Amino acid sequence: MGISVGIMFFIMAVVAGWLLKQSFSTRPWIARTTIVEGHSGSFPQPSAKIGLWVFLAVVTSLFALFISAYTTRMELGDWRPLPEPPLLWFNTAILILSSIALQWARHSADSEEIGGVRKGLAAGGLLTIGFMIGQLVAWQQLGDLGYHASSNPANGFFYLITGLHGLHMLGGLVAWGRTSIKVWRGCEPAEVRLSVELCTAYWHFLLVIWFVLFGLMLST
Amino acid sequence: MAYVAHDETAYVAPLEVEEEHLYHAKTWLGKYVFCQDAKVIAIQYACTAMGIGLVALVFSLIMRLQLGFPNTFAFIAPEDYYQYVTMHGMIMVIYLLTALFLGGFGNYLIPLMVGARDMVFPYVNMISFWVYFLAVLILVASMFVPGGATGSGWTLYPPQAVTSGTPGSDLGIILMLVSLIVFIIGFTMGGLNYVVTVLQGRTRGMTLMRMPLTIWGIFMATVLALLAFPALLVACIMMLFDKIIGTSFFMPAVISMGEQLPHTGGSPVLFEHLFWFFGHPEVYIVALPAFGIVSDLLSTHARKTIFGYRMMVWAIVVIGGLSFIVWAHHMYVSGMNPYFGFFFATTTLIIAIPTAIKVYNWVLTLWHGNIRLNVPMMFAIGFIFTFINGGLTGLFLGNVTVDLPLSDTYFVVAHFHMVMAVSPVLVVFGAIYHWYPKMTGRMLNDSLGKVHFWITFLGTYAIYYPMHYLGFLGLPRRYYAMGPTEFMPASAQSLNQFITIAALVVGAAQLIFLYNLITSYRNGKESGDNPWESTTLEWQTAETPPGHGNFGKDLPLVYRWAYDYSVPGAPSDFLPQNLPPQGGSAEGIKED
Repeated sequence: MGISVGIMFFIMAVVAGWLLKQSFSTRPWIARTTIVEGHSGSFPQPSAKIGLWVFLAVVTSLFALFISAYTTRMELGDWRPLPEPPLLWFNTAILILSSIALQWARHSADSEEIGGVRKGLAAGGLLTIGFMIGQLVAWQQLGDLGYHASSNPANGFFYLITGLHGLHMLGGLVAWGRTSIKVWRGCEPAEVRLSVELCTAYWHFLLVIWFVLFGLMLST
Repeated sequence: MAYVAHDETAYVAPLEVEEEHLYHAKTWLGKYVFCQDAKVIAIQYACTAMGIGLVALVFSLIMRLQLGFPNTFAFIAPEDYYQYVTMHGMIMVIYLLTALFLGGFGNYLIPLMVGARDMVFPYVNMISFWVYFLAVLILVASMFVPGGATGSGWTLYPPQAVTSGTPGSDLGIILMLVSLIVFIIGFTMGGLNYVVTVLQGRTRGMTLMRMPLTIWGIFMATVLALLAFPALLVACIMMLFDKIIGTSFFMPAVISMGEQLPHTGGSPVLFEHLFWFFGHPEVYIVALPAFGIVSDLLSTHARKTIFGYRMMVWAIVVIGGLSFIVWAHHMYVSGMNPYFGFFFATTTLIIAIPTAIKVYNWVLTLWHGNIRLNVPMMFAIGFIFTFINGGLTGLFLGNVTVDLPLSDTYFVVAHFHMVMAVSPVLVVFGAIYHWYPKMTGRMLNDSLGKVHFWITFLGTYAIYYPMHYLGFLGLPRRYYAMGPTEFMPASAQSLNQFITIAALVVGAAQLIFLYNLITSYRNGKESGDNPWESTTLEWQTAETPPGHGNFGKDLPLVYRWAYDYSVPGAPSDFLPQNLPPQGGSAEGIKED
């Protein structure tokens, strides 16, 4: 559980530190008007972006807990590591490419080139679908070799963690789909800029999560 | 301290709000069913939570009937008893208290108290309620499947939760786990809303440190819930795998009914870690909103500034942080390295410090206050009593050596009911008496409220005080019936009967409350906009109940904190948060 405690405590420390900094030198009992001026939110960023960041903290917590469970269970005697199919390397490469494609879309949205946004989004989405198909094929290969979820906890964790990562990708694809529909109906780049930016951030995040999970499975 | 700040630029033009994209429902369904207005969602949450909570209340009374009068009621079989215990605990903690405090009060109060028109993501908010509703439906469905609901205790410990012999070990436990997973998904959607609205949706002038403590409590509880519920999610998913696919994450090799199950080598203790990693923050998910609300009730009805506002905020934040490193004190009896036990006992006892600060501050808020003993105030003061009680027995149980012999007795039942069942529920009642006028425009009946309070408050003592004693005698909890035992005196059974009768009376008293809720909706005295003469923004709305968009044309501007009661030299004994300072009318404090 050490990893989860560490990560959770880190997140809580950031929250607490930020809150204490906000509150330390204030004298709330004094009525005053000047503070009424200016921005009302805590951050200048749009709310949707803050919402995504909070959500990413939740997802971090979720995967940290899975990793904790993984490492705890691993220490028990019956753990037999499974051979990671080489296909996973290929899938990883595809996922990296999809992140790059979305970054390109984001860049194009910033410089108001709707053509680039379209191409970037299309490439990113197709590559992601490719990644997910690749993951399913990897499941198939492992299954054919006799590595079923129930035969060893290592196998169980493999299916569980990759499946959950895939589900999060699927959720991302829903947001991606909504953005893509808007773009294909022909909207201004400014209208989808935020959506594209948030999709891109989410993809990068899931890529990092995948690196961590893949690294964990390779090293154990 | 003067109540005004001297300020030459006292006049501030009303905030020019750009036309926000408020969702306007066009159909009846959109207005009352799939509504995106946080106030309607709040009431939907509250009604669903209280409805399922009533079911859980009835379950507890059935349990008490069995315990007080064993071998009397043929319709309570041992399997039923364990199902009632499990459902009572699970519903009360998660489907009632969590949903009511965060989904109910959070939705109603956050936008109104911080001066927002609505939550920042109203659509997601609406979905959040319906996902929660689905979770409740799945939970109810689990009671009607073959085998019935799970009877494994609300902690759902494997291996017994999924092996035959435990009631509901097939479909019952599966639906329970699915319901929890659905609940967590729905809560996450709501939780994102609460956090981001507090961070981003505040009106101008509403700095973090001018927020009412209610909002601080709900905010911090939501942060905890967002980070802690994933632990329960992980535990539920892995247990589903164990149950359905036959993996061995938690399941050791088990011989059940003479048959070797397919599992080998899993770790039930791993489940306990995951469960309590969620379970302990859950205590504070329920407690922190109660802390916040009770602070506001005490200050408002004592006509006095809350004592030590900043300290109260920091205490909430510190309690939230510490709640992640105490979970294993629920697992002392599972056996652990003595150094771990020492660590967790220490962190547990450290939490008593910020908590004690809060209790002292509540009492000091009452000190020299101009106390108005309204019904919400009675519940708030009642909370201080029950919370101190439950908190003090927590100090006993936090120590490994004291916990070990007491852990499986009624002492623990008494402790956690006092500290995290009765106390938050008293706050829920106080809060409903307090905000019902804003929700409906009518007051709840005062006399009925007082009867409800005294029966509930004294009744809980009649129920739980004897349980401490029974625990010291060694009466084990979780048992369907004691049967003849050497170590239990016969008087213990008569005490059990007394507890049961008290529980039935308290249960019946809740009908008074329900009657009051329903009849006052039509016949209650008209409340006006601000019946309690309160400072916070929700009482300063143009209409009561507030319309769609909460504040009419202009959002309020906030000039002061929420606790300007009985300010020396002020014309009235409360100064609303949106009341501008009067430049020069008293000797002011210079702006810093």
